Amino acid sequence: MIARRWIVTGVLVLALVLSILAAVTIGSAQIPLGDVVASILGHLGAPVATPDPLRDAIVWELRLPRVITAALVGAGLAISGAIMQSIIRNQLADPYLLGLSSGASLGAVSVLLLGVAFVLPVAAFAGAVLALIATLALARAGGPVTPSRTVLAGVAVSSLAGALTSFVIFWTAQGDSYRDVLSWLLGSLAGARWPAVTIAGIALLVVGVPLLFSGRLLDGFAFGDTSAAGLGINVQSTRWMLLTATALLTGAMVSVSGAIGFIGLVVPHAVRLVVGPGNRILLPLAALAGGIFLVWADTLARTAFDPRELPVGIITALVGAPVFAALLLRRRRVA
Amino acid sequence: MSAIEVRSVTVRAGEKTLVDDVGFDAPSGEFTALVGPNGAGKSTLLRAIAGIEHAASGIVLQDGADLLALPRRARARKLALVEQDAATELPLTGSDVVRLGRSPHESIIGGGDPDAEGIVADALERTGATAFADRDITTLSGGERQRVLIARALAQQPQVLLLDEPTNHLDLAAQLDVVTLIENVTAAGVTVIAAIHDLSIAAAHADAVVVLAEGRVAASGPTEPTLTPELIGDVFGVSAQWTRNPLTGRPLLAVASR
Repeated sequence: MIARRWIVTGVLVLALVLSILAAVTIGSAQIPLGDVVASILGHLGAPVATPDPLRDAIVWELRLPRVITAALVGAGLAISGAIMQSIIRNQLADPYLLGLSSGASLGAVSVLLLGVAFVLPVAAFAGAVLALIATLALARAGGPVTPSRTVLAGVAVSSLAGALTSFVIFWTAQGDSYRDVLSWLLGSLAGARWPAVTIAGIALLVVGVPLLFSGRLLDGFAFGDTSAAGLGINVQSTRWMLLTATALLTGAMVSVSGAIGFIGLVVPHAVRLVVGPGNRILLPLAALAGGIFLVWADTLARTAFDPRELPVGIITALVGAPVFAALLLRRRRVA
Repeated sequence: MSAIEVRSVTVRAGEKTLVDDVGFDAPSGEFTALVGPNGAGKSTLLRAIAGIEHAASGIVLQDGADLLALPRRARARKLALVEQDAATELPLTGSDVVRLGRSPHESIIGGGDPDAEGIVADALERTGATAFADRDITTLSGGERQRVLIARALAQQPQVLLLDEPTNHLDLAAQLDVVTLIENVTAAGVTVIAAIHDLSIAAAHADAVVVLAEGRVAASGPTEPTLTPELIGDVFGVSAQWTRNPLTGRPLLAVASR
């Protein structure tokens, strides 16, 4: 069993690297793998013959940052979803449970419609953090933070932020701005360049990687709060800390990509069906699988109807739902 | 020796006092049953002793040291609790579940517990749950699951084992299995305190009893002398008389409504 886990990990790491390289070759201009590798190595300072400037620009300025952002966002959302499902003990939990996507959407849509799109990541992140604060304050009011209170508080905050977002759109959007808004609401990586890589990368490194080590704590919640407390876990502060950390990670990811749905819900479940529910192995594998999944979903989003792009959120749901259903049926037969 | 001395433990919820100035001794390596009618505060008292329910006042001494003053993880290495009707939706295997009991012995991020495999296997064996090591816990029967959960508690290597209604919802054979298991655990030197609402099980098998009524101790001490017909009449509202179980020769408490 342990050997199998290492094999799965190795295969996924390799698959992620190959997916990133392959995805960069694919697009309206097909670029050979050799040129992709040469361009990347050249920018990293290796003494190689650089490909022609146009191809080099497509690889380095457009595709590579976008593909890497996809990998980072996919990994971050999968980690957040896995943690949320364990800490809330709810299979339907996803990274947006605390009203984060609605809060981020409100912030983002507001600045899009005000015509100051350059502050979008900041506004989206601020919206997500405000939603988080509102949800946790509501969940905590007059008692301990229990899973059901947290979920209900998230529903309340989501509904309010959603209504405000709709109001802002309805009141101010005109003509083409509808498409910008819709693309953001569904999640899109079309605008992802190196600054997006930086934001998502720092969030994954500073918050996401430490969260990978929360497996022992999360496993302790398998039988509920009393059981966790009996194992020496400080239930309230652990839940508080993990909810806040996953929310910050999610907020950072949403600020560069919009609210891409489905990954945070389905990728952890899919990985669980393969390697079992233990969080120590689930978290890193879900991160890798989430990265791979979003790299290919985004590649499909930008090439399927070339030259028009689909918001990647449509693809993650279209592809993810049947894959998930297939895994679920397979599990039913095995069990 | 790890005798437990519970001293003036009080638990309040708002205005209501659930456990009121409770004190008793649980002799080392013996099975002490907490008995009492529903709502007497048995579960709350157990949770308070485990440090999970906040006690407004009181101490729980083991070898003269207050367990409630210990950090959580250190306490979880000395004392384990199997709560009532513990369940999960996750398809964990039996050994996954028992492995959770090693959590307080691991480093904060997990790992650093080289003997875990052996301790988990040993705990499964002691509870007769080795056959469930690779079984999905959600597919086990109530009695099988209870064995795995007790194995999880034993994997914590506690000196004190707290059980909340361990025979609840089990069929008769499984109830007796659990009781035998408790006797094996105490024989190995672990002090067991179990909340048991079934008076006949407590009367037949516990070394000592603590009778709770409305959050207070009505009586405590060795089982047979403590559970007098008068006390049982007062606390439970039934007639009772001690006799012998013709099959086992053990004390048997016969009861009838009055």
